[in-house]
Amino acid sequence: MIVEVGHYALVLALAIALMQTILPFWGARARDARLMAVARPTALTQFAFVALSYAALTYAHVASDFSLANVVENSNSNMPLVYRISGVWGNHEGSMMLWVLILTLSGAAMAVFSRSIPPRLLADALSMQGLLGAAFLLFILLTSNPFARLSPAPLEGADLNPILQDPGLAIHPPLLYLGYVGFSIVFSLAAAALIGGRIDAAFARFIRPWTLAAWCFLTLGIAMGSYWAYYTLGWGGFWFWDPVENASLLPWLAGTALLHSAAVMEKRDALKIWTIFLAILTFSLSLLGTFLVRSGVLTSVHAFASDPQRGLFILAILVLFIGGSLFLFMLRAPTLSKGGLFAPVSREGALVLNNLLLTASCAAVFVGTLYPLALEAWNGDKISVGAPFFNLTFGPLFAPLLLIMPIGQMLAWKRADLLGAVQRLFFAAACGFIAMAVFFAVQGAPSLAYIGAGVAVYLIIGSFVEVYGRIFPSGLFKSKNAFVRGKGLPLSAWGSAFAHAGLGVTLLGLAATGWGAEKVVAMKAGEAYDVGPYRLEVMGTTSDIGPNYKEAVAHMTIRRGGEVVALLEPSKRFFSTRRMSTSQAGIVTLNFGQIYVSIADQNDNGTIDARLYWKPLVSLIWLGALVMAFGGGLSLSDRRLRVGVARRAAKLPSNAQIAS
Amino acid sequence: MKARLFAFLALFMLAVSLFVAPAFAVQPDEILPDAKLEQRARKISADLRCLVCQNQSIDDSDASLAKDLRILVREHLKAGESDSAIREFLVARYGNFILLKPPFAWDTWLLWLTPFALLTLGALAIWKSSRAKSAEAAEAAPAPLSKEESEELNALLAASPGVNTAVVPADSDR
Repeated sequence: MIVEVGHYALVLALAIALMQTILPFWGARARDARLMAVARPTALTQFAFVALSYAALTYAHVASDFSLANVVENSNSNMPLVYRISGVWGNHEGSMMLWVLILTLSGAAMAVFSRSIPPRLLADALSMQGLLGAAFLLFILLTSNPFARLSPAPLEGADLNPILQDPGLAIHPPLLYLGYVGFSIVFSLAAAALIGGRIDAAFARFIRPWTLAAWCFLTLGIAMGSYWAYYTLGWGGFWFWDPVENASLLPWLAGTALLHSAAVMEKRDALKIWTIFLAILTFSLSLLGTFLVRSGVLTSVHAFASDPQRGLFILAILVLFIGGSLFLFMLRAPTLSKGGLFAPVSREGALVLNNLLLTASCAAVFVGTLYPLALEAWNGDKISVGAPFFNLTFGPLFAPLLLIMPIGQMLAWKRADLLGAVQRLFFAAACGFIAMAVFFAVQGAPSLAYIGAGVAVYLIIGSFVEVYGRIFPSGLFKSKNAFVRGKGLPLSAWGSAFAHAGLGVTLLGLAATGWGAEKVVAMKAGEAYDVGPYRLEVMGTTSDIGPNYKEAVAHMTIRRGGEVVALLEPSKRFFSTRRMSTSQAGIVTLNFGQIYVSIADQNDNGTIDARLYWKPLVSLIWLGALVMAFGGGLSLSDRRLRVGVARRAAKLPSNAQIAS
Repeated sequence: MKARLFAFLALFMLAVSLFVAPAFAVQPDEILPDAKLEQRARKISADLRCLVCQNQSIDDSDASLAKDLRILVREHLKAGESDSAIREFLVARYGNFILLKPPFAWDTWLLWLTPFALLTLGALAIWKSSRAKSAEAAEAAPAPLSKEESEELNALLAASPGVNTAVVPADSDR
């Protein structure tokens, strides 16, 4: 019964989505305030119904209702509760449900928090959000129904894929989806602005908080996914340039450019075309990612052709929204007034360069991901595009950004003094060079490692030079009221400093991978192995029984200079339902570096094949992402982003008095 | 149902779940005694695709095919072949699909050059539009004050002494 309610709620949500699409849009054309006012309640109701439907599906999973095909295929009554809940989105149908849940959540959030947005713009934007919702609800109902029943119902389910039975599944997809589906708000607002034809600095003010929020979530989501892969895969890789990963990196790159571009548009009324284009592009790339992952086109062009229903449906959605928005963009772009003027050397100029480099690196990832598919579809040739390609294309396009980021921060709006900016960065650059020399002396080759680490130090320090200059305008000791100045500094200034420094922290972690040590051994109890500065001793193995698996655990001690610094317990799990095993790497973090051990099954002679790693500073890769997201959060809490209404009201005191 | 298996969640999982029973790639018994040769083997392997995997190199994959290929590479190395000869041998056998770095050929130059072409075109477009904009601005800029006008202005300024202290009300930002 609950399942039927969930299914029915989904159908109702579709009906409401259609109402939300048509009525406010019509109202905006007819200038009928009552019709436009339909947008808010429908957005909220649509979200409520999708949430109800989602809750019903979760209930079926938690209660192990094996009359549902989706539950049978992806759950098992022995599974721990947390994986029964997160397992809801660990499959195609459920993950589309999560997608739509977050899409409607975004619409509802826009309806609740965007009281400052002019009613016509909001009506059009929510109407666009409704159309997105309708398209994806239709997709679920027609091609991916999670509520399909099975008769007769089996007694037990097939279990969730063991690799997904991990806390990573509970955290990573929701964060990621909040990120790239969150950009739908920005997309809808951009489309609405293009329809309405009024595109000014205020528009940038409306989209900035949403862009920032989505960007923070996407940053965290990608980092979480990367760390998950790192500890699950058993050899410590954290980024594979896999098409599925690229699908999340593309909107991140475009979204990062959008964030910066919108700031210019808000402050200087410039880069309007860029901002609108990037707003469309970012969510279009999210949609593209959904298509790539959901249609099966990635596994092979032929798999797509043999079961084309889902793929074609998403492709149609893709063409409708991307094509439609780009068409609107083409119509309106020429009419956009040229905004504020600026010299090539200026904050605006630096941000144009930033947009250009980010877009070009985005293009590198884009062609690298899609070209093999296109080529195979075109003449049947199969090629592979892997890490070496991206290192040679994405690398040189992205690397300049690392150097110019601190410089850009130092430049003034409109017209700036490049030499002065570079001079003020002297300290940061000097620190970078010193760090490079120290790393070279201590760690040595490879050159990419110490050069990268030096650049990272420059970037981290350079990111704070601007803030420092504003707090201590006449030097560290001569400046008065430094504390008051620091407090008075807008949070967004701190935010950008932290976000930029976060990238530096990540870069430092990436660079340090070059100094890692690796050992592949057939491990024996009682033996000890030197890895990097540490000595790993194997104490012995034990076996354990989990809720739905058996595991063999190796116990190891880690010593440095004779002293025990940590214990390590890598294990190998065997899941009987799916007859699959996973390896749980033993990981311990020491001074931001990690010792990482993964083991295979026991050999006949009693040894265990194992990979032992020392990865110096590796945790900085993900800590850097946390710092980036923290910076984004700081900017988001800047009051200037929140008080758009109050500001305008204050400028119109007579109106405000009348209203009160 | 196979499609459902494919339709995995988010990042990596697709690659991970289907082909990679996680654990490991290079196994202890594969390692060559000669450290230099082994290092070369690792370097070659890192750029070769495990043909049945999703974007994984044979160095990272523990699929049995990857193991066979790793051993094959090491056998050829032991026979004294050069890195490029081994690569050519493998391409002849498996096609370009095995190279994680696609060759620069007539049907891949679009792949290699698009990002850089885009950067160049974008830079050109921006340069042109900024020149057009500044030319426009130079035309539209008001002519400088004539001598009479500036004299008149100075006279007006002199006549109203308070003008410099009249501060525009502070912005209601705070």
